[in-house]
Amino acid sequence: MSEAPTLLPYGDRAVLVELGSTERALAWVDALEADRPAGVADVVPAAETVLVVLTADAPADRVREVLRAVRPGAARPRRPSPAAVEIPVVYDGPDLAEVATRTGLDEAAVVAAHAGSTWRVAFGGFAPGFGYLVGGDPRLHVPRRDRSRTSVPAGAVGLAGEFSGVYPRASPGGWQLIGRTEVRLWDLDRDPPALLGRGVEVRFVAVGP
Amino acid sequence: MSLLRVLRTGPLTLVEDLGRPGHAAIGVGRSGAADRGALRLANRAVGNPEGAAALEVLLGGLELEVVGGPVTLCVSGAPVPVRVGERDVGSSYVARARAGEVVRLGVAPRGLRSYVAVRGGIDVPAVLGSRSRDVLAGLGPEPLAVGDELPVGDPAGEPPVADLLVPPRLPEVVGLRVVRGPRDDWLVDADALTSTAWTVSDESDRVGIRLLGAPLAHRDADRQLPSEGAWRGAVQVSPSGAPVVFLADHPVTGGYPVAAVVVDADVDLVAQARPGQALRFGWVKGR
Repeated sequence: MSEAPTLLPYGDRAVLVELGSTERALAWVDALEADRPAGVADVVPAAETVLVVLTADAPADRVREVLRAVRPGAARPRRPSPAAVEIPVVYDGPDLAEVATRTGLDEAAVVAAHAGSTWRVAFGGFAPGFGYLVGGDPRLHVPRRDRSRTSVPAGAVGLAGEFSGVYPRASPGGWQLIGRTEVRLWDLDRDPPALLGRGVEVRFVAVGP
Repeated sequence: MSLLRVLRTGPLTLVEDLGRPGHAAIGVGRSGAADRGALRLANRAVGNPEGAAALEVLLGGLELEVVGGPVTLCVSGAPVPVRVGERDVGSSYVARARAGEVVRLGVAPRGLRSYVAVRGGIDVPAVLGSRSRDVLAGLGPEPLAVGDELPVGDPAGEPPVADLLVPPRLPEVVGLRVVRGPRDDWLVDADALTSTAWTVSDESDRVGIRLLGAPLAHRDADRQLPSEGAWRGAVQVSPSGAPVVFLADHPVTGGYPVAAVVVDADVDLVAQARPGQALRFGWVKGR
């Protein structure tokens, strides 16, 4: 039995549910979405919290009670887990040497650790199609770069904190870049447009340039 | 079928409806009209469903030529002079424009965003179920450009019954009711939010409005907050201590503490707050 989450106020239309870890937050959203209660208008998963937006007419006290009673693992997911996505990566990123230094691994070991773990999409944000990936090799935890780059190309594969991620389009960015992929993370002509939906498992595969 | 041909855009004109909820997990925010109430009102006035796509006009200056057939339209939000052909019809009025006539919006003396709803709605292609432009995500119809031709949809609802709306109340000082939290304890003194006389900065857009005033001190400037979900009306305090009130195209998740959240009924006022305008917060209890 896990304890009830902490509910923090978020205006008069939302509640911030504090779970304390990415794993717990992921499991809690799984449980919530398996049987989404009435009165819930939108759900915004994030690192260690989940923002739950209520409908205008929802009885807030009652919904809060229901949210406190959501227990990860108690409900079976309504849908089977989506198939794992394989992302081929050329590991020649400009920060690969820096990551090797910071982790105490050599570059080949960084690549082996990144490609050797199964990651999972915990939440989105930053840009359409960007998935914050968790569950990788803990030796790869590195801080963001001291200085952000003004432009990171689409397909760049990066690390920051406990997360890995792939830039869906060219944008400024502060993650440590270890490789690149040709795979399109975001494509409006595809249904769904995001390759990495919440909960999807991701495996990186090292390929030659 | 009628079209609207764009002759002038003003500073910025966007197509907006009530947005695309439900896509936060793939990094797509709700977006939609910055002043939702004004959009709903203009749509109701012309007999559209409340969430039909309309034009969000920043500060006025829009000119449209009606092509093909007559249209019924209404301008809401920030009051602007409105001319249809040679007739001054004004805001908050349901007007008809014939093919060949030009609809001209003057400059808004107060408020920031006016909405032009056309009976039948602006019928451009939807992206993820919405015709809203999200300026942060770069999704939805591009901002209007001179020469664009906007298709007008087929009327869906009952014909309009009223021809005059109650104009909006836009006070000198923007007063926003806020609920404390969730991260008020990250600030040395969250009450400074309500005791400070803020000024709306010109670094304000559909993502959010930045406020000028005495910076709010963080208890621990080096403490990192893991990314949290964000929503319209959230008052996020950046490391510099300047509060930003999130508007329609806010980031889906954010890494700075949200000290307070504007109550939903007051969020539309944020959309009409002009750079340089005074703004005050007042605490209220959540529900």
